[in-house]
Amino acid sequence: MAKTAYETHEHDVLVIGAGGAGLRAAIEAAAQGVSVGLVCKSLLGKAHTVMAEGGIAAAMGNVWPEDNWQVHFRDTMRGGKMLNNWRMAQLHAQEAPDRVLELERFGALFDRTKDGLISQRDFGGHRYARLAHVGDRTGLEMIRTLQYHAIHQGIDVYMECKVERLLKDGDRIAGAFGYWRNTGEFVLFKAKAVVLATGGIGKAWKVTSNSWEYTGDGHSTALWAGADLIDMEFVQFHPTGMVWPPSVRGILVTESVRGDGGTLKNKDGQRFMFNYIPEFFKGETADNEKEADAWYTDKKNRRTPDLLPRDEVARAINSEVKAGRGSPHGGVFLDICTRRPADYIRKRLPSMYHQFKELAGVDITREPMEVGPTCHYVMGGVRVDADSTQATVAGLFAAGEVAGGMHGSNRLGGNSLSDLLVFGRRAGLHAALYAKNLGGQLVADSAQVESIARAMLEPFGRSGGENPYAIQADLQETMQNLVGIIRTEAEMRQALATIEALKERARKVRVDGGRLYNPGWHVALDLASLLTVAECTTRAALERQESRGGHTRDDHPYTDDTWGKVNVVLRLRDGAVQVSREPLPEMPAELRALFQERK
Amino acid sequence: MATTTFTMKVFRGQAGHGDFRDYKVDVEEGMVVLDVIHRIQATQAPDLACRWNCKAGKCGSCSAEVNGKPRLMCMTRMDIFQPGETISVAPMRTFPLVRDLVTDVSYNYVKARQVPPLRLKPADPDGKYRMMQEDVDRAQEFHKCIECFLCQDVCHVIRDHEEHKPAFSGPRFLIKIAGLDMHPLDTVDRSDFVRAQAGVGLCNITKCCTEVCPEHIHITDNGIIPMKERMADNYDPIVWLLRKFRGARQEPA
Repeated sequence: MAKTAYETHEHDVLVIGAGGAGLRAAIEAAAQGVSVGLVCKSLLGKAHTVMAEGGIAAAMGNVWPEDNWQVHFRDTMRGGKMLNNWRMAQLHAQEAPDRVLELERFGALFDRTKDGLISQRDFGGHRYARLAHVGDRTGLEMIRTLQYHAIHQGIDVYMECKVERLLKDGDRIAGAFGYWRNTGEFVLFKAKAVVLATGGIGKAWKVTSNSWEYTGDGHSTALWAGADLIDMEFVQFHPTGMVWPPSVRGILVTESVRGDGGTLKNKDGQRFMFNYIPEFFKGETADNEKEADAWYTDKKNRRTPDLLPRDEVARAINSEVKAGRGSPHGGVFLDICTRRPADYIRKRLPSMYHQFKELAGVDITREPMEVGPTCHYVMGGVRVDADSTQATVAGLFAAGEVAGGMHGSNRLGGNSLSDLLVFGRRAGLHAALYAKNLGGQLVADSAQVESIARAMLEPFGRSGGENPYAIQADLQETMQNLVGIIRTEAEMRQALATIEALKERARKVRVDGGRLYNPGWHVALDLASLLTVAECTTRAALERQESRGGHTRDDHPYTDDTWGKVNVVLRLRDGAVQVSREPLPEMPAELRALFQERK
Repeated sequence: MATTTFTMKVFRGQAGHGDFRDYKVDVEEGMVVLDVIHRIQATQAPDLACRWNCKAGKCGSCSAEVNGKPRLMCMTRMDIFQPGETISVAPMRTFPLVRDLVTDVSYNYVKARQVPPLRLKPADPDGKYRMMQEDVDRAQEFHKCIECFLCQDVCHVIRDHEEHKPAFSGPRFLIKIAGLDMHPLDTVDRSDFVRAQAGVGLCNITKCCTEVCPEHIHITDNGIIPMKERMADNYDPIVWLLRKFRGARQEPA
């Protein structure tokens, strides 16, 4: 057989993914003086970070001087139901303020306080107003700032390029192999270190806030390369996605609506969140409307239950709808129009105003929005060392959504953008140091490259076979119905069987047309990773026989302390996904003390 | 739910050749043009090439010319058209075609890299920057840009004049510069760049860019016109002569 044609590029550090984490990693690695390549699946500046709305959580104390990293750390751990990697949560809380100031130094223009400092807004699960923001388009500001900083740092950017597999030399990472989406030609990257910053897996569900890109590429390639994944059972359903019209179902409605005073109501106009305050959060949550409303301006009051962590709010909405108290299109109402003046809404939430006006014909300054849960974020991911972000494979690093551990069983809003900056920087730094210290030459196995390339081309011209879009849609339907917000063993077993059948169908997928910018082919290639992450989530979810954060079992409805001490770990052995339970890293006494001080 | 059938004329082809092909598509309430394109991909033409990401007007990926007008496909609702109307969807014309609705927008990334970046004044002694909201507001208008490049597409300086591309940044990058210049703490003088490399003089203020901007940025009024006025001040012949004899005026720090 003829040798496959491909171009070759060589870098010390290859960063895969160019959202917040990837860009920050690339900037840091370049600052260390190593050669850096940055691969993005879309055009530069279009990654998922651009859609983030609310803000960057950082205990800067600009609005509430009482705030500090210990309070942020405590909120984050409690939000994650104590399953977080404590060291990641600590580093995150400690370093986030510096990363925000650094972003400002790179040119970001945040909204200001009266004193001219960076303003901070309220968000779910955060004790104090803590999110640095720019209206409700913080992610756009962040990605543009990083993008325009990065293009002057001598980084080579490979746009519309998709990595299919990681390459190894023995036990070490040696590069990656992929293709240009534009031309369909193959490309080989030789690299001493690889940083995964590929985001999440949300495209495996039908109702999702995630774009076509979120097919779990980083999760899967890491698993295939021998790395461990943890916490894959924890998937965040954001409580407020659009529900109508059907074509926009799942598009995100920022938590800032509630942070800025909006409240959830059922069809009877009742603020139902007061009926869903869990024991775990009783001490810090207001149980009446008066106190809840006073909390916005005076933090001596307890927080409104509208701003409980996302897992709690999503389950509450789900229950209201099931009980027949939902809105006409199967959601609930989110009302800010009766609670804040129109000018305030337009100033604070301009893109929500725009989005509802243009896509749903709803004026949010005059009418309530209809919202419901949407698949938004995966807490689980590549198991990493907290300080260096290195995975369990030498030379492989991971930051942002693709990394696991930081958020435990549920992520607080605002902690994602800060996570990207804190661990993006750490990943870039440690990948560069690793590459510098690595002596000798790495050789990627050419037989391996040949077999990957061959498999990628097989769907072309296959007679019979199926349209890749149909397989993708069936997977999304399966995960939505069987591995959604509320799970049971029987349904998940059924999901696993369906996934196996879908894998079989994917092996016979047919692609029409040529290699030049062919979305049908791209969807066909992404099926492998999508099916892998779907299987990982389902297997991990079957294993964890309790309910916690972004994992709710109808057949095991309670949170169980023994499960609070272990991560579910997934690894590939002899071609099969192996599931095990491993103890959480133990939190030192001085941090443990933070949880005893106050209810 | 009411379903209407539309005939979509979608451009299919690649560099050098191509034409419009008709697709009959069922359209339900609330659908946008991008949904229709996705439906064609899923059921009739899996290899139909188009870019998209957020589907909510935030990423600026799905730019195209719908019935000849540059628009984001994700923000163009089908109910603005008459039932039964034939709707054409074509790639942006100003950029070289890759395939179907996808164009090579690398011109924009080249221009982006040329813009002299920000250099900020030092922070206050406590390491923080202080800026007032009123001062930030002006620049924030330009930070709203989602880089859909529709303003670049519609700009007739480059739309029909390939020869202008080397010396003209286009509206997107003129407002990028305006945003940098309006940053309350920036210290860089970009006036030579604006004149010689960004080519602000080529713009004759027809405001086509402002009209197509999905973010409703006042590209011409708030960005380009003030920039042109500053250029004119700098090159006022009397000011130039005075400077020649008295030496350049010291800019306040």
